[in-house]
Amino acid sequence: MRLTIGPILFHWPAEKKIDFYARIADEAPVDTVYLGEVICSKRTPFFEPHLPDVIARLERGGKTVVLSSLSEVMLKRERDMMEAIAATQGHEIEINDASALLFASGRPHRLGPLMNVYNDETLAYLAKRGATHVCAPPELPGASLAILAARGRALGVGVEAQAFGRASLAISARCYHARAHGRVKDNCQFVCEEDPDGMPLKGMDGKTFLTVNGVQTLSHAYLDLSGEIEALVTMGVSDLRLSPHGVDMVAAAQAWRDALDGRISSVELKRRIAAIVATAPVANGFFHGRAGHLNLAPAHGS
Amino acid sequence: MIRPDLVCPAGTPAALRDAVDAGADAVYCGFQNATNARNFPGLNFTPAEMEKSVAYAHAKGAKVLLAINTFPPAGKFDLWREALDMGARFGVDAYIVADIGVAHYAATTHPDVRLHLSVQAAASSPEAIRYYCREFGVKRVVLPRILTVGEIRDMGREIPCEMETFIFGNHGLMVEGRCSLTNYVTGLSTNMDGVCSPASQVHYEREADGALTTRLGEFVIDRFAADDKAGYPTICKGRYLADCRDAPYYAFEEPISLNLSTLLPDLMAAGVHAFKIEGRQRSRAYVKAVVSAFRKSVDAVLAGADPAFADLLALTEGRKQTEGAFKSKTWR
Repeated sequence: MRLTIGPILFHWPAEKKIDFYARIADEAPVDTVYLGEVICSKRTPFFEPHLPDVIARLERGGKTVVLSSLSEVMLKRERDMMEAIAATQGHEIEINDASALLFASGRPHRLGPLMNVYNDETLAYLAKRGATHVCAPPELPGASLAILAARGRALGVGVEAQAFGRASLAISARCYHARAHGRVKDNCQFVCEEDPDGMPLKGMDGKTFLTVNGVQTLSHAYLDLSGEIEALVTMGVSDLRLSPHGVDMVAAAQAWRDALDGRISSVELKRRIAAIVATAPVANGFFHGRAGHLNLAPAHGS
Repeated sequence: MIRPDLVCPAGTPAALRDAVDAGADAVYCGFQNATNARNFPGLNFTPAEMEKSVAYAHAKGAKVLLAINTFPPAGKFDLWREALDMGARFGVDAYIVADIGVAHYAATTHPDVRLHLSVQAAASSPEAIRYYCREFGVKRVVLPRILTVGEIRDMGREIPCEMETFIFGNHGLMVEGRCSLTNYVTGLSTNMDGVCSPASQVHYEREADGALTTRLGEFVIDRFAADDKAGYPTICKGRYLADCRDAPYYAFEEPISLNLSTLLPDLMAAGVHAFKIEGRQRSRAYVKAVVSAFRKSVDAVLAGADPAFADLLALTEGRKQTEGAFKSKTWR
């Protein structure tokens, strides 16, 4: 089982991203790192100049680097970005919007969690057109993930599942960060940078519910499949994705590696992950076909 | 100018007849299961009802578009396959699909049935739409409600298929087909089960001060003062608290309906082939009133006359209406 670091979903300053990836390169026991802005095309210019150095650093650290695309494509510059990423030479790409498939079909590519690969028929079709690896949507229940993973093995296609980090719940054309500050997308002044882990939204009872990240809405709870590790291994999922947050991601990766290699139990993994997350609840309901915010005991079964 | 089809919602066989009688060029509907994105109790068609309804519509010269626009989770694909097979047997005029596996099955097994790309496929660029046209022979795309009229016009020049736009009804905020808010709260998925904010998990609670709290599952979606009209708790239309705000606010959007009646001439000039009215979950009275009003308006524009816009405000959600993203991108 490989471990991956998903793309950074939040708008971190370039220096913070560079430091983050340096530490991942040197210390995190992960196999693959996804790089690139997947949420908002306005954010891309900040990190782009540093990309070649970060890629080199990660590769020196023995990581496979995959370039991830935008998830929502409307404007000319976004359309151009999709065509450009589809033409990437020398690195694998992860596609998050069908626009890039127009160009990448027939050549090897990965498909991200927003490409909606929910079933093995879709997987088989896309594999014939060059998909080598898919990341399942976070809401896909374990029973379906098992079928997808089995078909993936038969087709020689990697099937990845997010095991750590807030779950993406929605994407919009409207920027809710800008809206919260009385602005619109075009004059947002990058206010999303103020919230490195997203902006919490609470219900009127004061209970934290959702997390706003520009045009994206995420869960407040961190998706945590540590209690499901045995099921994930048994069903043959090829990769587990850790989605970056401001918490100690190296420690999270180390805990997962230790558990996958049998050095710690799944109970200890779950304990360590809860301690790493600390300020937010963890949840695994989606995996069990239940409400996503629920945190069910592993004994509940998969 | 293209004569656009008026595509109308039919949640029940009775609503289908009403829509056809009121002048719909086409109706869209689905079976009573997870294969369509309005899988609500008491709504939709049994196979026998579908067969009869197709015959009724065809006898009156109207088309039937079958919505099979959810995403089958692995292990349940057969239900979607059966829906497609039944649709072909009953002679539906088109499938409205979103899932790639479903589109592939439809295109290869039932090549004579037109394929329309559902808004649930979230194809918002010419390249994405061209991909679906190239791979599956899609003949029409239902555009997301996030484009301005100018962007729609430009889109039409770059794609090889027809365009359908929403003109009235629910104003969905999230990219359709990419929203799992309901599943996070309720365990029922919009994409896999066709469910959004299910009534079975809606709770209204009267507080001591007379205020009414609305919940979906265990989450508070809104709170209304005693003399305010309470809205239905849809997550993306709720009021929430954020540190940068002094008071609860509509973090995503107000409860508001889309009404593009005044933009009809512009949309027709932009080359839109079909106008879609949302509301399979709405009453027969709604269907009759809205379809009749838009029939008159579209015919007036085609005749070169000023469209006489009926006052549809009474039928809109929260009695507020918007032109959303269609008029200006400052909406975003």
